[in-house]
Amino acid sequence: MSDYDVIIIGAGHNGLVAANYLAKAGRKVAVLEKKSDVGGAAVSEEFAPGFKASTCAGGAGYLSQTVIKELKLVEHGLAIEPRDAVAFVPQPNGSHLTVWRDTERTVGEIAKFSTSDAEAYPRFLAALRPMAEAVRGLLEITPPDLPQVGWSDFPSARTMAGPMRKLGRKNFNQFLKTLPMPSADLLQEWFESDVLMGAIAASAVRDITWGPRESGTAYTLLYNWALSNTGLFRSSGGMRGGMGAITGAIATAARSAGVEILTDCAVANIVLEAGRATGVRLGNGETLSAATIVSSADPRTTFTELLDPGLLDLSVVRNVRNIKYRGSAAKIHLALGALPEFTALAGDKDTSPLEGTIQIAPNMMYIQRAYDCTKYGDYSPHPYLDIEIPTLTDPDLAPSGQHVMSITAKYAPYQLRNGSWEGHREAFVDAVLSTLGEYAPKLRDSILHKEVLLPGDLEARFGLPEGNGSHGEMTLDQFLHMRPLPGYAQYKAPVEGLYLCGAGAHPGGGVTGLPGHNAAREILKHAK
Amino acid sequence: MLKPTPFHERTSQLCEGESWQDWSGYLSANAYELDHSHEYYSVRTGCGMFDISPLYKYHVRGRDAMTLLNRMSTRNVAKCRVGQIVYTAWCDDDGHIVDDGTIARLGDDFFRLTTAMSLLYWLEDVGFGMDVQIEEVSEEQGALAIQGPTSRQVLQQLTSANLDDLKYFRIIEDKVAGVPVRIARNGYTGDLGYELFMDANDSLPVWDALMEKSDEYKLRPAGHIALDMVRIEAGLVLIDAEFISATHAMYPIQRSTPFELGLDWVVNLKKDHFIGQRALREEVARGRAWTTVGIQVDVVALEALYARFGMPLMLPYHSWIDAIPLYADAGKKKQIGKATSGTWSPVMKRYVALARLKPEHAKLGSGLHIEMTIEGQRFTVPAHVVETPFFDPPRKRA
Amino acid sequence: MSEQYDAIIIGGGHNGLTCAAYLAKAGRKVLVLERRHLVGGAAVTEEIYPGFKFTVCSYVVSLLRPEVIRELELAKHGLHIMPLLSSFAPMENGDYLLTHPDDSSNYHELRRHSKRDAEMFPLFNQMMYEMAHAVKPILATVPPDPSAPGLRGLRDLNYLRKHVQGMSKKSFHCLTKLMTMSVSDFLDEWFETDILKSLMALNGIIGTMLGPKSPGTAYVLLHHYMGELDGAFTAWGAQQGGTGGVSEAIASAARSHGAEIRCNAHVEQVLVKNGTAVGVVLENGDEITSKVVASGCDPTVTFRKLLEEKELPDDLVSAIDNFKYRGSSGKVNLALDGLPRFSALGDDASAQCMAEICPNMDYLERAYDDAVYGGFSKRPFMDVEMPTANDPTMAPPGKHVMSIFVQYANYALDPYETRDAQRDAFGNAVIDTLADFVPNIKDLILHKQVLTPWDIEQRVGLTEGNIFQGELTLDQLFFFRPAPGYSDYRTPVKNYYQCGSGTHPGGGITAGPGRLGALEILRDGNV
Repeated sequence: MSDYDVIIIGAGHNGLVAANYLAKAGRKVAVLEKKSDVGGAAVSEEFAPGFKASTCAGGAGYLSQTVIKELKLVEHGLAIEPRDAVAFVPQPNGSHLTVWRDTERTVGEIAKFSTSDAEAYPRFLAALRPMAEAVRGLLEITPPDLPQVGWSDFPSARTMAGPMRKLGRKNFNQFLKTLPMPSADLLQEWFESDVLMGAIAASAVRDITWGPRESGTAYTLLYNWALSNTGLFRSSGGMRGGMGAITGAIATAARSAGVEILTDCAVANIVLEAGRATGVRLGNGETLSAATIVSSADPRTTFTELLDPGLLDLSVVRNVRNIKYRGSAAKIHLALGALPEFTALAGDKDTSPLEGTIQIAPNMMYIQRAYDCTKYGDYSPHPYLDIEIPTLTDPDLAPSGQHVMSITAKYAPYQLRNGSWEGHREAFVDAVLSTLGEYAPKLRDSILHKEVLLPGDLEARFGLPEGNGSHGEMTLDQFLHMRPLPGYAQYKAPVEGLYLCGAGAHPGGGVTGLPGHNAAREILKHAK
Repeated sequence: MLKPTPFHERTSQLCEGESWQDWSGYLSANAYELDHSHEYYSVRTGCGMFDISPLYKYHVRGRDAMTLLNRMSTRNVAKCRVGQIVYTAWCDDDGHIVDDGTIARLGDDFFRLTTAMSLLYWLEDVGFGMDVQIEEVSEEQGALAIQGPTSRQVLQQLTSANLDDLKYFRIIEDKVAGVPVRIARNGYTGDLGYELFMDANDSLPVWDALMEKSDEYKLRPAGHIALDMVRIEAGLVLIDAEFISATHAMYPIQRSTPFELGLDWVVNLKKDHFIGQRALREEVARGRAWTTVGIQVDVVALEALYARFGMPLMLPYHSWIDAIPLYADAGKKKQIGKATSGTWSPVMKRYVALARLKPEHAKLGSGLHIEMTIEGQRFTVPAHVVETPFFDPPRKRA
Repeated sequence: MSEQYDAIIIGGGHNGLTCAAYLAKAGRKVLVLERRHLVGGAAVTEEIYPGFKFTVCSYVVSLLRPEVIRELELAKHGLHIMPLLSSFAPMENGDYLLTHPDDSSNYHELRRHSKRDAEMFPLFNQMMYEMAHAVKPILATVPPDPSAPGLRGLRDLNYLRKHVQGMSKKSFHCLTKLMTMSVSDFLDEWFETDILKSLMALNGIIGTMLGPKSPGTAYVLLHHYMGELDGAFTAWGAQQGGTGGVSEAIASAARSHGAEIRCNAHVEQVLVKNGTAVGVVLENGDEITSKVVASGCDPTVTFRKLLEEKELPDDLVSAIDNFKYRGSSGKVNLALDGLPRFSALGDDASAQCMAEICPNMDYLERAYDDAVYGGFSKRPFMDVEMPTANDPTMAPPGKHVMSIFVQYANYALDPYETRDAQRDAFGNAVIDTLADFVPNIKDLILHKQVLTPWDIEQRVGLTEGNIFQGELTLDQLFFFRPAPGYSDYRTPVKNYYQCGSGTHPGGGITAGPGRLGALEILRDGNV
């Protein structure tokens, strides 16, 4: 007899979500976590005495509403509050564009840059929202094993039918045409202001190593839009206590459903018997058995570290090796003695525009140029920065009157073409702070402490290969039936009894809970 | 442009008809004399010497070398001791044969592969994440095969090692004409014979030393035509004749499994996991779709057919590689397979061929009909399944 | 207003001529109207400099559909394509890569660079062959409208579904990658040698304003792999007497079936009555009537210039206005006093091949970035072909012509410079870069013709100078080409049809759009 019905490797948010669903369906579930705390990449950690930050993952507002409702996460303490401000985009000339949740208010902002864009913006939202809805449908299905489509895909077809009907005949074509487009082309069909396009395009390159001119980024834009808590292309707001509080709530829900969560419990490898996964061997040599093993680790780790790749088909190993990870964003956390003053706010005491994301990328071409450097293996000398100051709304994260600033800095490729990161780390951080200094000149003086996490650091600390938070780039060649591996997109691994539930599986990255949600559905279908 | 082998300086002098073929991008003689007969007979009565330098050669070293080769091979390489050679096949994930070749164990963690097809990427992919060094040494090494009843005597004249102690499918290191040479007792002729591997730059002295003994031991250089005839007599399958590598086959109909090639004896389904094992197990459970056997053509019936045209019996002067329909009945109602290569065997006086057949028609002694044409007119000629190797002298192993 | 034709074809490019030939062959009375003094559109040979014949724009042939060659009996009408079997790519360190038509030579040449790549090369070609085999039937198919209601939509889609489901999973996965990846990423999965990858990546960027690292370019690679010459895949060839000979062969076939071809006849507008096309108006005011009209021009000319906006639904107007052209290719044609010598080859001047100036992948990507931000590549990618190496009819004895296809030149040039100044600067960048690899080139130049995308637009009428009549990106292919719902060669104006490269299967000398357009016209039975 097995120790458990299901063992889940890794207590990241997807592992915990899957555990919730499986336990609620009556399975005896254990979640094994290498670290002392649950959360995986979605954690809040003290990075300087008295200062806490969401060290790795951000984007609280993308957690799937389906998951929140079905797991009754609010009852277990989840509280993600959207802010009025979505994005604050200061300009080098001292002006700024703020995107608000409220369309009218945003229209007023856009009018500062282009009256025709201000007029087009509400129409743009109305046209793209149904597409985002359709994408949301797509995110909740189990991908078909294309090119074959069978009866098992019937539930997926039903999930998709609603949003597709809403889309209508004409827009269906438009939807199909939009997915592979460069977001830049899509936006240029609507707008003329590079500033506005930059504010929207930022969402199209979120968690991906591409500039807005690359095809497929229109899909990334819709992906983020589909899950955003603002109804817009970008989410806003977070939970008190940071990302760790969110995974904490999911863990609380899991425990109350009967899940056993074992921390400080590293899995050395998955045990196979006659080609079937039957358990896990722990770091301490102990073995735990279960009828079903679920890995929330990324596919490379799962297939080449937790398993002996020599036991897999050669074609599978080749496909694993071909997965593009390519992390390209660094995380920089600053402990600040005072709230930074942005020139663009010109002494305005109202800091509400800063409560969303502060975007240091004044326009779309700026983002593209920042990306261009990575093509040659360089970091951007003028990086694009997404900044959050969580202490504006959650003062407990820092000592009284002091602040935390979390910067996602792009682009910093995992590997530099010329030389190692060690020789360039300081120069890169300096580029980030100088760039930021152009918009908040006095910032440097108020830095009490900083923590820099380059993609390589994120890999070492959070087990994210190449520092990619999505467990594999969210590009169209790694989408739907190609994710995580071509031919194995139905959460079932190419090893009997083993499933994948991490971000490497469909639909992919972000703190959405959907890979865990979808995987649990498939596991329950097969493992009665 | 085709490249010269390390022996080209010598072989080009001898190749009277300038009849060359492309063997893996090298110039390789079809026959040295205008007629191949002497070369053929030398293998069966004296000693034929083949320039086999165009074979692909790989060195695999390291802690995981054995693991790598065992994952790749259908046979259990773990049983191969130092100084031993195994003939094996390797397959893709679906159990379709990629190539066959030999693995020689030169040290505890040191192996040498010889293959017909380039294999570096395959080795690298199988060895992903393993502690191995894979080195392609095809160009760096020259190779000769000396094959035939006098091969041992002639070689013994040139080495200090006692060749009587060198058993079939064993390999030793020694010197020939002062040149370090690896001597392997195996070949592709089904006869007593050796394969010699040496540094490409030191190749000519070895050739010259052997040629010095040519009159004494009836040794002569031999080319592809002779080689193909003797390998058919030995019942050995050939890539691009009996099978197409799975990696080069475009369409499912072109792929074969080792079982379909009659290579059952090189497939060990009980050993640890190897690539294609799962699929091959399934094939065993399902039953194979094809098998490969030897057939013998009824020459008397063929002679009678020729007689209808007032012609004497005409036999192929050398071997052929083709796809010739085989039927269960003379009326050609039911096709049961194809003959893939065949030859008239001058030493056995039998017309033999290798054939891919439906298993139910492949029992020893089963009758069948092979399509033949005389002056463009189609006929069927009776044939029956016989044992392979067609020619199997005791001296091969003795 | 005296003549009455069954069909008028606007534009005597190779697709217009093909369409005309098919209609004439089916017994229709056809008139082709060409603005210039000669037929061919972008596929022309012109004597720009006395005694030297230039393949002014299009210079090689590979994609010409075999069914068109067969059905129009083009060989009888003068089609004579000689294969170009090798490509030569010099590197910056003086080494080079030379590809051959046979496997053995390629193996040994590639081995100099990488043993692994030498093995992978035939496997890669085999895989691309399989892919092309799988995709080819789609090239000869009228795209369905996925949103079309009722039985027709279902029937058309069902054909596609059946075809796709007939593919093996492995093939389908590979096709997915080809449709979505950058050619650079795609090649990285196969090869490690930079020069090999950059040489192969060319086919992924030709004619498009995308760099080898831009996703979507792998498809353009596949598009070029669908070329076929006498049953051999991926072969390139040059028409004897220049590419114009291909157009002339098609024109000759059309004439032999009774089609009339009128040059120097600039069509100003399509005559539309009650939503139905009834003829055309020429620039000089002449009106010619016909039962149907077909346009071989690009979508912008076809819909926005030849028609009034009121004839079109809003969605089509906005789709055409958003259609991406972004011409990226220029052309430099040289008349040479002698044989140019590549320093990498020493005295062994192998001119039988196409020479590709693409020394590494970053070089190509930087060439692209240059053009995006600065108008044109400072060090451009060049596809150099010397027609006189195989075809002495193109220049006086001992002299040569050289066709240099260049990327990237941005259609949207620097607004602060004059056209002429920029053309000169562009031409100089090309010759200077080429001189790094062909030291004697500058001494040999007798005459130089430089064409930027703007010049190509002026000369041939291709919007923004795009040689494919619109970019071959995923959102502009198959049933999106030129716009969703309008990919079946018909238009919202009754009896007005499209037959140019702006429709499926797209650009290159394929004659596919001309053929499919003609077949749809005949299927409708209005003529």
